[in-house]
Amino acid sequence: MANTVYVWMIGCYRRNKEGKVNMNTTVNLAGVELKNPVMTASGTFGSGSEYSEFMDLNQLGAVVTKGVANIPWQGNAAPRIAETSCGMLNAVGLQNPGVDLFVKRDIPFLRKFDTKIIVNVCGKSVKDYCEVVERLADQPVDMLEINVSCPNVKEGGIAFGQDPKALENITKEVKSKAKQPVIMKLSPNVTDITVMAKAAEAGGADVLSLINTLTGMQIDINRQCFAIANQTGGLSGPAIKPVAVRMVYQAANAVSLPIIGMGGIASAEDAMEFILAGASAVAVGTANFYNPMATVEVARGIEDYMQRHKVDNIQNLIGIVK
Amino acid sequence: MHFKETAQVVRQDYISTDVYSIWLQTNKVAAEAKAGQFVSLYCKDGSRLLPRPISICQIDKEKNRICLVYRVAGGGTKEFSRMHAGDTVEIMGPLGNGFTIKDRSAMLIAGGIGIPPMVELAKQLHGQGCNVIAVAGYRNREVFLDKELEKYAHVVIATEDGSVGVKGNVMDAIEEQGLKAEEIYACGPMPMLRAIKEFALREGIEAQLSMEEKMACGIGACLACVCQSTDVDEHTNVHNKRVCKDGPVFFANEIEL
Repeated sequence: MANTVYVWMIGCYRRNKEGKVNMNTTVNLAGVELKNPVMTASGTFGSGSEYSEFMDLNQLGAVVTKGVANIPWQGNAAPRIAETSCGMLNAVGLQNPGVDLFVKRDIPFLRKFDTKIIVNVCGKSVKDYCEVVERLADQPVDMLEINVSCPNVKEGGIAFGQDPKALENITKEVKSKAKQPVIMKLSPNVTDITVMAKAAEAGGADVLSLINTLTGMQIDINRQCFAIANQTGGLSGPAIKPVAVRMVYQAANAVSLPIIGMGGIASAEDAMEFILAGASAVAVGTANFYNPMATVEVARGIEDYMQRHKVDNIQNLIGIVK
Repeated sequence: MHFKETAQVVRQDYISTDVYSIWLQTNKVAAEAKAGQFVSLYCKDGSRLLPRPISICQIDKEKNRICLVYRVAGGGTKEFSRMHAGDTVEIMGPLGNGFTIKDRSAMLIAGGIGIPPMVELAKQLHGQGCNVIAVAGYRNREVFLDKELEKYAHVVIATEDGSVGVKGNVMDAIEEQGLKAEEIYACGPMPMLRAIKEFALREGIEAQLSMEEKMACGIGACLACVCQSTDVDEHTNVHNKRVCKDGPVFFANEIEL
């Protein structure tokens, strides 16, 4: 049935007053329909309130919140960031206010907007993750993104993201508790991303998102010490985009799950690379820091791209580069 | 309100080794700006992603201009130092909370590149009729902004090598001259702020400290630039405050140094 509707949709595009093709930018992720494929990358956008002063949250497919744990996390010592060429390192350490305050303050704020809410969930043990997932079960949240790939916390996080068995297990546990579709966010700090993508699929994940940051290090040669207090940090920004596109392509061809692509997206052209490589949706992260309008510009630019290439439905572009 | 806009360089002057003073014609930023706030400047070189937070040294509300005084510390500030009158630069601001201006005698204490925000503050305190003392610390005889401060404050200079004013740091100058005031406003390196906090506590004087930390977004979203707070912070729900949004100015008793 779904396929029939989909085929019908392709044929029925109309032209608006300016003679432009009316484009269908909606994407469907595990039954959740997003008005466009553009979302924010977790940890770069808070819960949206700071950015809402500069841009219209209603224009986003979804807002992905900063990671939230069962209890408040203090995070790492400062300095937490360092700029690198075409990128940056961060080791914030998943500082968050805990799920109780998040539910009381951040969800009601986001509900005021016509955009989907995806809550990024972090933890130090399977139990921690499940506590948050259960706490969110009756909340007006559209999807959950499980962060098993943060390189900046000593316990948990990355431990699940680098071991396929552990990843499959935590995916199963979370899925058994979750009332919303589950996105597993994968780490690029692995030898073979397809092994991890298949493990998450085997565990029952509904959607995959990738990539999280690449572990890096910077030395301050004047002070002769590490540039960030945590010694290592996660590399993000345009510098990592080719790695991210490659991994999205590999994962898309290894599993049948929809993929949210991210890693250095700053423009619609960047986003289109991910979509053509196989991503059903994209997330804008580090670019928010230097361009608060980046997400909205990417969403508009994707429409322009479709117009230029005379494609009326974004579905017809996903993963077409083989 | 924060604004992201294109500002135009009115003039730029080299005022000390690696220290530049730049006047920017803004659209809306100057009208909203307060003493102690900062602006983010964006590099034209696309490989330098993050904006550079720079404190506001002077505000000209009539002409809608702001003056920034900054030290060249890396590639980004080097790029700014090459700008000339007529050039444009993307800015966001005014950011942060700024100083809380108290109607009482003031002692402004600052070291090195912490001195710039004190000029606008001194101007405003002086305009309100407050008695203003400014204690400025430098490494050596290459002092800057002392003439600007002198218009609004009784200026005491300390230099590490003793080439100008009192030999030593700002605390040495305060002790040597027995300086006193009812409110302290400070900006400078961490060891200086620690000493000032201790001094203020000992003397029972309220102190406002302007902090510095590496920043990414500049608007409170990314949680890169935190400092430890005495109590659980209302927003973060942990013992962290955001320097860019909750600060950069904190009352000394709010933060752990």
